[in-house]
Amino acid sequence: MNEVAARQWQAWLRPDGRKGVRNLVLVIYTVQCAAHVAHAIAAGEEDVQVIGFPGCYDNQYAIRLVLALARHPNVGAVLSVGLGCEYTQPARIAEAVAKSGRPADAFFIQDVGGTRSSTEKGKAIVRSLRERIRRETPRVAMGFADLTLGAECGGSDGTSGLVGNPVVGRLFDQVVDAGGSAICEEIVEMIGLKDIILARAADERARAELEATYDKAERYCREVRQYSVSPGNFAGGLTTIEEKSMGAFAKSGSRPIQGVIKVGESPPWPGMWVMDSVPDPHFMQFGYTNPNDTEGIMDLISGGSQIVLFITGRGSVIGSPVAPLIKVTGNSRTYARMQEDMDFDAGRVLAGELSLDEAAGELAAMVADVAAGTQSKPEALGHREYFVMYKHQDTPELDRGCRSAA
Amino acid sequence: MTTAFQVHADDNVATLLADAEREVRLVGGGTVALNEPIALGHKVALSDIAAGAAVGKYGIPIGTASVGIRMGDWVHLHNCASRFDERSGGFDGVTGASKDMVYE
Repeated sequence: MNEVAARQWQAWLRPDGRKGVRNLVLVIYTVQCAAHVAHAIAAGEEDVQVIGFPGCYDNQYAIRLVLALARHPNVGAVLSVGLGCEYTQPARIAEAVAKSGRPADAFFIQDVGGTRSSTEKGKAIVRSLRERIRRETPRVAMGFADLTLGAECGGSDGTSGLVGNPVVGRLFDQVVDAGGSAICEEIVEMIGLKDIILARAADERARAELEATYDKAERYCREVRQYSVSPGNFAGGLTTIEEKSMGAFAKSGSRPIQGVIKVGESPPWPGMWVMDSVPDPHFMQFGYTNPNDTEGIMDLISGGSQIVLFITGRGSVIGSPVAPLIKVTGNSRTYARMQEDMDFDAGRVLAGELSLDEAAGELAAMVADVAAGTQSKPEALGHREYFVMYKHQDTPELDRGCRSAA
Repeated sequence: MTTAFQVHADDNVATLLADAEREVRLVGGGTVALNEPIALGHKVALSDIAAGAAVGKYGIPIGTASVGIRMGDWVHLHNCASRFDERSGGFDGVTGASKDMVYE
């Protein structure tokens, strides 16, 4: 048994049987007008974090995403705060969360008073919720078999496909072999690789899901005239989306792809999964699929990822709420320049200092440490960026049933 | 000497593992003389590539040569275009910034 398969740490057991690596109270606002109060409630409170939806008009995709985050394994309790005019209903969010066995509360600011009185009320609620989940949540042993890892690229350069993503891919293989799950969501960064992706399908069903998802993504990018490649990628040596795609896809490792899940859907059985974050056909167009890195990270967390790996060549200073973000770079210059934000320097592989497998082993140990409670650098710096956007996806078949990994 | 990595045996470009001015050594053996300085993470042509021919990396076509490319040339936005992205070619070769958007 290798090091990855053997590591165990203490986790929090949720009523659905999933295990969390953090025990958080999540404050969720239901319109931009409530954002200030939500952040004021969480300010200075340990283990209290904020997400929110800016729109006044509700959106089924956004509600599904918010609820997936609210019932995430790292979340123990929820307070939902609205202004009072908006379509999205804080009480309905609290009700859905309570059904999952988590304590939850909600209020409208207009019913309570103004900024200060709502903030005071909210602080009293989150402190009480935090006290309760600290006292009541069972602690259990957790290992890689209980883990779902997400991986997202941002600011890729010429090193990302050579080492940054391949190191994560090897770690993904080890997690999958240990009985855990791994998710990649950037189908728009698989453009140009159709045959290569389909060759990874676990079976005919998975192949059909991947083919439909790939075709939709390629069509969508063509229609909106935007591919997932940016000026920073070009400056870092990547010339085309096809080149970037090959590098990005390396983070999926080499194990069979079990199929495609949608945003808000967790892998129905363990293994390597692709998440589809591209809009489905709808009478309204919702713009670009993943307008920024944070949007993709939120999608991965909505799939139940307890930890997300973020691979960057150019460098990045974002983090995430709900699930810790671990930053990996394949560019040692970037690591040296941005060491306060970068967790892991995979560029040492390019310098010949260690092998890809050794780097994946070191990264696995870092993942286990973060799962055991060590703060990643973005976490320690206080980064909690979130992004919930209007989008349309057909409602996923949330109950596909279970299948053994075999 | 700076090294460059040819990912797949069929590739006609290699990726530089550090900045180089005149020459790079390939990880698999051999050297290539550079026609111009090339930066870390960027690509050098390992052979002449005719306009319209595929530029290959990772064993797949990552684009098409938009002009004739000579062995030792820097292969990037000025001479290689995506087969998918129609904005490809509308970017500054060094900074990568888009040139097709109006700021007036």
